[in-house]
Amino acid sequence: MNIQNLFAHAWLIPLLPFLVFAMIGLILHRWPKVSAAASIAGIATSFIISLQIAWAVFGGPAGAAPFEIAARWLSMPGLRVDMGILIDPLTAVMLVVVTLVASLVQIYSLGYMHGDPGFASYYAYQSLFAGSMLGLVISNNFGQIFVFWELVGICSYLLIGFWFGRNSAKEAAKKAFITNRVGDFGFLLGILFLQIIFGTLNFADLADKIPQYANSAVLITISILLLAGPVGKSAQFPLHVWLPDAMEGPTPVSALIHAATMVAAGVYLIARAFFIFNTSPQTMMVIAIIGGFTALFAASIALVQSDIKRILAYSTLSQLGYMVMAMGVGAMTAGMFHLMTHAFFKSLLFLGAGSVIHAMTDEQNIWKMGGLYKKMPVTTWTFIIGALALAGIPPLSGFWSKDEILLGAYAGGHMGLYILGSLVAFMTAFYMFRLIFVAFFGSNTGGEAAHESPHVMTVPLIILAVISVFAGFVGSPLMGNIFGHYVTAAGAAEHEPSAAIMVVSSIIAIAGIFLAWLIYQRKAVDYEALKTKYIGIWTLLYNKYYIDEFYTWLIAHFVDGIAKVFFWFDLYVINGLVNGLAYITGRSGLQLRYTEDGQVQTYALYMLAGVVIILITAICAVFTALA
Amino acid sequence: MIGLSHYLILGCILFGIGAYGVIAKRNAVAVLMSVELMLNAVNINFVAAGKYIAPAAGIGQLFAIFVIVVAAAEVAVGLALIIVLFKARKSVNLSDFNILKW
Repeated sequence: MNIQNLFAHAWLIPLLPFLVFAMIGLILHRWPKVSAAASIAGIATSFIISLQIAWAVFGGPAGAAPFEIAARWLSMPGLRVDMGILIDPLTAVMLVVVTLVASLVQIYSLGYMHGDPGFASYYAYQSLFAGSMLGLVISNNFGQIFVFWELVGICSYLLIGFWFGRNSAKEAAKKAFITNRVGDFGFLLGILFLQIIFGTLNFADLADKIPQYANSAVLITISILLLAGPVGKSAQFPLHVWLPDAMEGPTPVSALIHAATMVAAGVYLIARAFFIFNTSPQTMMVIAIIGGFTALFAASIALVQSDIKRILAYSTLSQLGYMVMAMGVGAMTAGMFHLMTHAFFKSLLFLGAGSVIHAMTDEQNIWKMGGLYKKMPVTTWTFIIGALALAGIPPLSGFWSKDEILLGAYAGGHMGLYILGSLVAFMTAFYMFRLIFVAFFGSNTGGEAAHESPHVMTVPLIILAVISVFAGFVGSPLMGNIFGHYVTAAGAAEHEPSAAIMVVSSIIAIAGIFLAWLIYQRKAVDYEALKTKYIGIWTLLYNKYYIDEFYTWLIAHFVDGIAKVFFWFDLYVINGLVNGLAYITGRSGLQLRYTEDGQVQTYALYMLAGVVIILITAICAVFTALA
Repeated sequence: MIGLSHYLILGCILFGIGAYGVIAKRNAVAVLMSVELMLNAVNINFVAAGKYIAPAAGIGQLFAIFVIVVAAAEVAVGLALIIVLFKARKSVNLSDFNILKW
């Protein structure tokens, strides 16, 4: 097929899931199985088109001009928002990742959501999410990105609160939505500033105009405001609180939305708008510090959690921090690479966790599992592959991408961030294998009734495991770093691969795994004694540094305090003004009514007095005119 | 020599007396009579003006006759109202008819 023709039809990719959503919502919801089939068919078709597009993009020359078409969506004097598509290597990577993971998750959900009363609406939301997410990554301007940005937020809200009968799910959905509002507020302000100052929201037009403003205070302000969006959506500190709670949703949703795709939208946005962030070193520094801090902060919490999904959630936070840190040190390619590999192995881990939870009839505490490897071999081995990839064991995908980030930090001259990143890598390996040794190989009882999940769930696990093993090679020096060749941006740092860093990070990962094995499998150190010894730190970590409590306190005192002041103002000043006016009118009426005495003659007197006054005035006027 | 101004002054005085009566008298019949007095003051004005300003047309007399006719009708209605009021309230004192009061 003609490549231009193919690209020109890329709008079908987001449109198909949207159509499926509408069809399920209007007609198909009566037949849950048909709804699921339609949804999977839609996303699979999108996946095939995405594959063709990726094939064409990566078959073409690197650095080729991006393909772009747009139609006017709305315009008024001074503002024009298009709905368009922009196809470059960045878009192609995201399209393939999103459609692939979404397809596998939807197939997996056939087993996981089997028999759920909301089966049809689950697939409707899944389709809506897929369409919105694809619309987001294919956008050619900030206006369109913001629309889809909010749409994926809505889907996230709907799917976190999917089991809305549970109070905790309701609360988590609201928390996610409101926390994202905070970030999106800054994001929208940044977009409005762009429109006001540059008069356009189109990426290509902005990229032309931005350089002359490089390092100006205006641009720093805009980039910091824009950054608020990714901080909210990608759950970076201090807006990270919603993501762990978002695990209240069905596990496949956690895999797709809260691990692989939607939370990566923030990182994607930084990559897409890299030409804006890259112009101010101050903003880049802020990005790197936020990312690095989040990575360390979340990894330390994950060390002690006991809920299997929460461990993975904090791991996701930590890895997102890694990607953001990569963006901050200028290694945009490494960040996107890690986004891609992370999407595969983290969705694998979540789906594996879902398989375990499904088998354990909704038990999520790892201490109540044990010996699962005998009962669920496929889940166990795919989970271990995912964990090895996450820990960064060569030659699995996570190793290559994590290594690129560490290389970016080291070669970019950010020694502190390199050490921090290595520390996080160590913690990652440790907490992942703590989970595995306790839940899959532990001697705790509780897994007797467990059984392997149906094929519809294990096959996606196997596919993702294979991808998790091999996906890293596209960006590895072994294959000439094809990924970095295409997915790059003006000003993005590129460094020569360093064997030393690879060796060091491999040793660190293996050390982490070894330590976890010593403590939790070999039991060379009694972890209960360890816990008692450092109970202070343990409590602090287990309670997530009391951030939630702090926010609750902040809202209870600060926000409610402001609300009280406004309430007082409303009660006494606004109401006082209105009621006071009514009171004055009423009182004057009470006094004035005594002039109405009902006597005809009094009224006659008033009339006469009136006539006399008018006459005198008229006569005076006549005399003045004559004089 | 008696001129127009004398008639006008007479009309003024009569009108004033009538107006005073309308406002100050408490007896409804007296008020009605005061109204007649005011009407007649106007009649004098009409006739005097007719005589001194446009004698040929006779418009002044014509208007005076109109006023007398209308006044006769008005007195008939007014007296009828007073009789009805008297039947209802056993009084012709206007101070008793303050039912429109607040």
